[in-house]
Amino acid sequence: MRLLLVLVKPLPLTVIKKILNKTIEGVLMLSSTITTLTVLLIVLFLFKEGVSVFKESPLDGDNVIVLNNQNDVNHLSAADIKKIFDQETTNWKLVGGANDSILLFTFNDLSNYFSEEELGPEFEYLPHKMDSLIEANPGMIAVFSKKYLDKNHKSKVATIDNISPKTFLLGKEWFPTANPAVQLGVLPLILGTLYVSIVAILIALPIGLATAIYIAEVAHPKIRAIYKPVIELLAGIPSVVYGFFGLIVIVPLIQKIFDLPVGESGLAGAIVLAIMALPTIITVTEDALRNTPRAMKEASLALGATQWQTIYKVVIPYSASGISAAAILGIGRAIGETMAVLMVTGNAAVMPHSLLEPLRTIPATIAAELGEAPANGIHYKALFGLGCILFIITMVINIWVETISKRRVNR
Amino acid sequence: MQSDLKKILSQSIAFWTFRILSLAVMGILFSILGFIIVKGIGVVSWDFITKMPEDGMTKGGIYPAIIGTLCLIAGSMLFAFPIGVMSGIYIFEYTKDSWYRRFVQLMTANLAGVPSIVFGLFGMALFVNKLGFGDSILAGSLTLGLLALPVVIRTTEEALKAIDNSYREASYALGATKLQTIKRVTLPMALPNIITGLILSIGRVSGETAPILFTVAAYFLPKLPTSVFDQVMALPYHLYVISTSGTNIAESRGMAYGTAVILILIVLILNIIANIIRRFLTKKYKTN
Repeated sequence: MRLLLVLVKPLPLTVIKKILNKTIEGVLMLSSTITTLTVLLIVLFLFKEGVSVFKESPLDGDNVIVLNNQNDVNHLSAADIKKIFDQETTNWKLVGGANDSILLFTFNDLSNYFSEEELGPEFEYLPHKMDSLIEANPGMIAVFSKKYLDKNHKSKVATIDNISPKTFLLGKEWFPTANPAVQLGVLPLILGTLYVSIVAILIALPIGLATAIYIAEVAHPKIRAIYKPVIELLAGIPSVVYGFFGLIVIVPLIQKIFDLPVGESGLAGAIVLAIMALPTIITVTEDALRNTPRAMKEASLALGATQWQTIYKVVIPYSASGISAAAILGIGRAIGETMAVLMVTGNAAVMPHSLLEPLRTIPATIAAELGEAPANGIHYKALFGLGCILFIITMVINIWVETISKRRVNR
Repeated sequence: MQSDLKKILSQSIAFWTFRILSLAVMGILFSILGFIIVKGIGVVSWDFITKMPEDGMTKGGIYPAIIGTLCLIAGSMLFAFPIGVMSGIYIFEYTKDSWYRRFVQLMTANLAGVPSIVFGLFGMALFVNKLGFGDSILAGSLTLGLLALPVVIRTTEEALKAIDNSYREASYALGATKLQTIKRVTLPMALPNIITGLILSIGRVSGETAPILFTVAAYFLPKLPTSVFDQVMALPYHLYVISTSGTNIAESRGMAYGTAVILILIVLILNIIANIIRRFLTKKYKTN
């Protein structure tokens, strides 16, 4: 009975409080861990899907490439296959074989060779017929589904490399839905992204710098009180609105000025991105400029320097790291920007030659193509691979900015 | 004498260049807003915001897109706001300058820098495919919530940092526990700043397109959602489709202008509210 009483007796209030405090602290800690977890999950999912593209064969579905047994060629790359089936390569000599012209066979040619009776109602005679057809034509290359491959085939199946990191990163052709072999070279997309972003910053940086100096050092406080909230507001305008403006104003303007067939171009993308990067650059630069200690400025003025001399001899050198952080941050934003770029650059996945031609960036490619890529297919995985590249680029930029601002604090 | 003149001259040349360039920046920015508002304000009417789209989205209104965006704002904030504020409090009030704090801060900074399309990819891989939510308000809200999370955490931290330590010490001196101090002293003082941050992150969430492309947004869906597993239309995505890939781009241009005006108005109003709160707050501190 007494034992029961002890058990029923409520815990002392302080203990309850302590438990409560610890619980709340635990919940708070849990929520701060979620952020960390999210970053790790993003890395996990992105890279799991993205890296698995390297386990894939560039051949579409369960197709095989079959060659005549006497053919010297055993091995073909995705680029070779595309050239052969696009009839750019027409002789085996060009892919390391004997001097013999290439004879293409795809499933569409089936009726040219066989009648329906020959193949049987359910194509049951097809494997055998195919095998003899290929054996009869030494220069033939055929692509068809694995299930039509004869069990004891005399013809040989060509070995095809899986997508390799090298061809993925350095390949110059992006045809993720090409038939029979997809071409996954992301170089044009990477270059397109860098091209547009860097030009955008080259436009935005001088203008943004001038505006920031004006707001921080020159302008009357009342003018500053107008400028600051407007710039903050503009940083909040959705990118799709900037893209819309670019589409209806800048694109036609560029088309007219440069007399182009289409106005959607790298230049249009760079201009829209420059406008979008301005608020970021101005805000970060202005903060850096205003961090210059007052004593330093006053010392310079006391030595007889003009305000302008003080600005470019004291204030700007002092805040140089902040200004470079602004530039890098601006590039980072520009690289990751999706919708505005998607709307104005014309999205041609080709190696960029001129700013006046359509080009395509990594984020725009993901946005435009992910909807049509079947889940877990090679195209889907390749787009996740692109996401990985984008993630790495922006991560590097973030850490870079972080170290620059840390250097500033330490000084 | 001559060098003085040169100094003055170079200063005025430099300053006038800055003045003109900064005016040009303001001019560009204002003309973008002005252009869209002038062209689109005529389209905006009561019918426009309360009617379903008609005739291949060339006529009618954008009611379902507005409701969709409201659902996404509510959903993402329901997720991001409590977690963000709680982790901000934890990082600032509970952790010392330890490796954990630096690690979480680094991760938060990194998360803030991740491009929105990568959030879209992640949301699709995890919420839509792995967890099987499908294209739904739930998946879209969670994706947008993750995007808003670093913003909320950072604002909370900044708001707590702005409070003078003497307030905390006074509270401790009176015998209050850490939790009591947070509940009664720091949090109420930081609240206006935190709410300002919340409003600004609502602005960001309402305009994001890339994260919702593959997690929730519907091209055309003239009905309202009934559960969190439904797809919805959303304003930014709606503007994107009718200005680039609608069935009749030229005829739906008016609708596009109208949608853009609504998006700008949302950001404008949220900014004004945030500024009012901020101004009110600074006044209050000054009188103290």
